[in-house]
Amino acid sequence: MTVKGTRFVNFREAGDPVELGEYYSRQGADELVYLDITASYEGRTTFTDLVKRIAARINIPFTVGGGIHSLADVDRLLNAGADKVSLNSAALKNPQIIEEVAKNFGSQVCVIAIDANFEDGNWICYLNGGRVPTRRTLFEWAAEATDRGAGEILFTSIAHDGTHGGYACDALRELHRQLSVPVIASGGAGTMAHFKEAFVEGEADAALAAGVFHFGEIAIPELKKYLSGCGIPIRL
Amino acid sequence: MEVAIVKYNAGNIYSVLCALRHLGIEPVVSDSPEVLSRADKVLFPGVGEASSAMAYLREHGLDRVIVGLTQPVLAICIGMQLLCSHSEEGDVDCLGLFDTEVRRFVSQTSEQKVPHMGWNTLRGLRGPLFHGIDEGSHVYFVHSYYAPVSADCIAACDYINPFCAAMNKNNFYATQFHVEKSGAVGVRILENFLAL
Repeated sequence: MTVKGTRFVNFREAGDPVELGEYYSRQGADELVYLDITASYEGRTTFTDLVKRIAARINIPFTVGGGIHSLADVDRLLNAGADKVSLNSAALKNPQIIEEVAKNFGSQVCVIAIDANFEDGNWICYLNGGRVPTRRTLFEWAAEATDRGAGEILFTSIAHDGTHGGYACDALRELHRQLSVPVIASGGAGTMAHFKEAFVEGEADAALAAGVFHFGEIAIPELKKYLSGCGIPIRL
Repeated sequence: MEVAIVKYNAGNIYSVLCALRHLGIEPVVSDSPEVLSRADKVLFPGVGEASSAMAYLREHGLDRVIVGLTQPVLAICIGMQLLCSHSEEGDVDCLGLFDTEVRRFVSQTSEQKVPHMGWNTLRGLRGPLFHGIDEGSHVYFVHSYYAPVSADCIAACDYINPFCAAMNKNNFYATQFHVEKSGAVGVRILENFLAL
């Protein structure tokens, strides 16, 4: 079951992930990201079988995350049809794993997902699907992860997630200007204009959304036409 | 139609397998010279490092098998680079079917990230592999090394510098991009290859 929450809680059911994945692939999504968001919290490793079933039905790049702790986990998911893995809690707890993944599978495989919340003037990184605050802050952790070999940074603002109020564009822009790897915006999309803002104001290299697609509020083909019309280079 | 996928150490062929199944084909994955030689079509995909892949191919006698294939062959990504004469990745001599040397991208600005990763557009399309595909179509790339544009080039792409996105010589076809990850365009290219 695919779920979508608001600020990482209150999950609503959104449908079968295999069917949704295939639907988005056909609709023209440029990449599919499948995150088992409570895997670390619930001590689970992401369902390899489900990844395999999704991979069999799509023909676009596929990123998988949730509960990945070891090179063996990464190897298993790549063999199940994932093109990239997204590490979050495991990398915060053991940053060395980024080097290991990059060395064994290449930086292009290694996406570092960062969930952060703006508190008292700092973007604080959170563990376990936004449940546990850490002492790390967004910009220094993103820079370290990149130095260690991360190929992409997937940044989600916890406070923006599921609110439909727009992405955290200021933080995105700062990340983009600071890092030498692509930055993916996540959390907050509610309208097509929000996507445009992520690219224009946030300078993001890609924008991720879940709820607005799962619940049919925005259709991918129309969104891509809109963004293309705004002068943003995009595959139609 | 019997389609064989070359089995070697540059793995992650599951997506290629799935793409073929979508087209109603159940490929055999094999490193047997007999199976590969007998197949109607051979795919040589892969994600990996050139020198270790070449070492594996030589050790298993697959280098001579691949060079000797006479049916249509489609090499993808590292597969394409292995068909070239030499790769800077691990400074290794490759299979030499295409007389071109594979080089590493050298970024000139901080905006130019290596690996080249993501969707990019094709230009200068020619030949049956691109039948029905428009100039400027998007396909998906993930690579740090490239083959320069040469006489065998049947599609080019631009990233940091112009490079060869696909090549063809006799029965050998090759794409630097991932056909199996390139949406409807990739499906069409695969169909075109199977129809050769």
